[in-house]
Amino acid sequence: MTDTLLRVRHLRTYFWTLDGIVKAVDGVNMDIGTGRTLGVVGESGCGKSITALSIMRLIERPGKIVEGSVDLDRTDLLKLSESEMREIRGNAISMIFQEPMTSLNPVFTTGNQIAEAIRLHADIGAREAEDRAVEMLRKVGIPDPERRARQYPHEMSGGMRQRVMIAMALSTYPQLLIADEPTTALDVTIQAQILELMKELREERRMSIMLITHDLGVIAEMADDVVVMYSGKVVETGDVFTIFERPHHPYTQGLLGSLPRIGQRRGRLRVIEGVVPNPLNLPKGCLFARRCPCVMPICEQTPPPFQEVHPGQVSRCWLTPAGTTPAVGMTAPADVAEAEAARMTITADSGRQSATAAQMGEVGR
Amino acid sequence: MLRYIVRRVLGAIPVLFGLSVILFLFLRLLPGNPAVAILGQHATPQLVAQISSSLGLDKPLYVQYLQYIWQLLHGNFGASFVDGRTVASTFLVRFPATLELTTGAMIFAVGLGIPLGRLAARHPNGWIDGAVTALSLFGISIPIFVLGYTLVFIFGVELHWLPAVGQIDPRLNVNPVTNFSIIDAILSGNVNAVEDAVAHLILPSIALGSIPLAIVTRITRASVIDVSNEDYVRTARAKGLTEKRVDDRHIMRNAWLPVTTVIGLQVGSLLAGAVITETVFVWNGVGSWVVQAIENHDLIVVQSLIMIFAIIFLAVNLLVDIGYAFLNPRIRYS
Ligand SMILES: Nc1ncnc2c1ncn2[C@@H]1O[C@H](COP(=O)(O)OP(=O)(O)O)[C@@H](O)[C@H]1O
Ligand code: SF4
Ligand SMILES: [Mg+2]
Repeated sequence: MTDTLLRVRHLRTYFWTLDGIVKAVDGVNMDIGTGRTLGVVGESGCGKSITALSIMRLIERPGKIVEGSVDLDRTDLLKLSESEMREIRGNAISMIFQEPMTSLNPVFTTGNQIAEAIRLHADIGAREAEDRAVEMLRKVGIPDPERRARQYPHEMSGGMRQRVMIAMALSTYPQLLIADEPTTALDVTIQAQILELMKELREERRMSIMLITHDLGVIAEMADDVVVMYSGKVVETGDVFTIFERPHHPYTQGLLGSLPRIGQRRGRLRVIEGVVPNPLNLPKGCLFARRCPCVMPICEQTPPPFQEVHPGQVSRCWLTPAGTTPAVGMTAPADVAEAEAARMTITADSGRQSATAAQMGEVGR
Repeated sequence: MLRYIVRRVLGAIPVLFGLSVILFLFLRLLPGNPAVAILGQHATPQLVAQISSSLGLDKPLYVQYLQYIWQLLHGNFGASFVDGRTVASTFLVRFPATLELTTGAMIFAVGLGIPLGRLAARHPNGWIDGAVTALSLFGISIPIFVLGYTLVFIFGVELHWLPAVGQIDPRLNVNPVTNFSIIDAILSGNVNAVEDAVAHLILPSIALGSIPLAIVTRITRASVIDVSNEDYVRTARAKGLTEKRVDDRHIMRNAWLPVTTVIGLQVGSLLAGAVITETVFVWNGVGSWVVQAIENHDLIVVQSLIMIFAIIFLAVNLLVDIGYAFLNPRIRYS
């Protein structure tokens, strides 16, 4: 395996709202390997952006990082002073956001905004920074970059502005780029172009990317590793092939089930029945229990452990590594029929997967 | 940009025209005959009729109006019934005092309102914000004459910290060259005179500036809070900028926009407030002149002054809008 660039452990970020404490990020672990792309998926509101902003330490009132560590090359960012953290932001770690239309300051030219980022982290003059800004614009495929650098954001399309954001983020040669739904607000052809651009720049720079999306198509195309989040927690992680080939967690399976077949890219996640639990009133056991087709009595009583089901694949679920009900005794009589029926539909699909897994000798280890 | 200015100037014409009609009718329909006002209660009817006709008051209203407009278009604002001097000449003598007062009030309002608004916005709903809100509610709700007389009483009469009324101590014998008391004092080369003129300006500026201060503070607060929640502010932080730079550059450059507009609109309320403030502080500007003209039924003067106030108001707002366009590239290029 490659070495780890960013290691997030037990990260908790809470929001103190008038209605109570929202545990937006509740004990998240994730690793991003050097030069690798980590895809973070999950329905809207599951804590993806807050995780990213916590890594950048950009959480604002009423939110607060309450616990955890974020190690970048063995330095815990959460222990740095604010001024040390500013040296990291926009420099070692850059971030681009979902809304290209509103993420650039309307009263400054794009060249000015990129040059500002460059000068902040490099000891160079204004002219040189401006020249470099133009170079960056050229690099991200903006035609006539000299003219574009003198333009204001409102003179550009959304796709163009996202290119500007990428140029700005990459102008300081970051080790890690956090891209929070970078293509969600763009139309399909522009999305494809932006992803293509990110791929090219990734190859060239050998930088790590944390790519947040709720679009599994984007994950399939871009990611090396995947983290699936649900309700502020990581429910499954693994490399991209494992996650797509033999997802363990019923939520991941649900997400994949809602994905159109290969060749047809865009899949929306909202197809799993039901809604995410109210963050102010979380269920006692498994957070996915109310929507899970495999739900067992224990699921509603006790939160499932986060266990390695196969090497490199970790899942937060009571099901056995093979995806079967752990022990007959655990299924309550009242629910047997229903749960069994549901399980059958799942295993109908995952049966093939279990078979593959069995061939690989990984079942029942 | 030029087209924008031309369009705005042309747009002001119908406004001024409408205003002139309304003003004209309103003042003619007021009770009281100006000729009587000039001659006194005991004048003979013949004399009243004679004066009325010499003033053109016996002609049909529309004729009077057309004559008035004709004169206006030639830059002739008419002359006072009372002392026979042209409105323009008296205006030139008195306007500097009003300009000095409104400038003082504006400096007070903007100079204090913007820092206060920013301070309040830093911790919305905190105790500083509460104190600032209370202060601006006070500023908005207290009538100018109450505040004015209170200031005169406390700081002028009781404490003797500042001169109570007037523009400059007459004993200093400053020669009125420009009619701006501070500039004249500077021209006189007498440092004491400059200090005296500035000291005279303080209390009236506070009295007149209290409402604009309250409004500028509120708008600045709201605008800064608004802008702070914008995505591009988060982008600025994500670059690694210091909080101060995010504030001064990325937030304030945008937060200024609505504040500028409001400052322009406050010019109207300053001109209206100057009428009262000048009366309270015995300030020989255009505001106290309006009051005298109304008391004397000096119709031409009242009418012309309101017209001039309207033109100033429109002109200042045009300037503000140009400034706004300059600050806001989205307007500049559309
Ligand atoms: N400013 C805030 N105040 C209160 N709760 C918040 C705030 N920002 C985010 N949250 C909570 O954090 C949760 C996760 O949000 P987010 O990370 O933005 O989700 P997403 O996965 O869609 O990016 C949301 O469900 C919301 O309840
Ligand atoms: S723990 Fe139970 S309810 Fe939760 S995902 Fe697994 S099977 Fe479903
Ligand atoms: Mg998000």
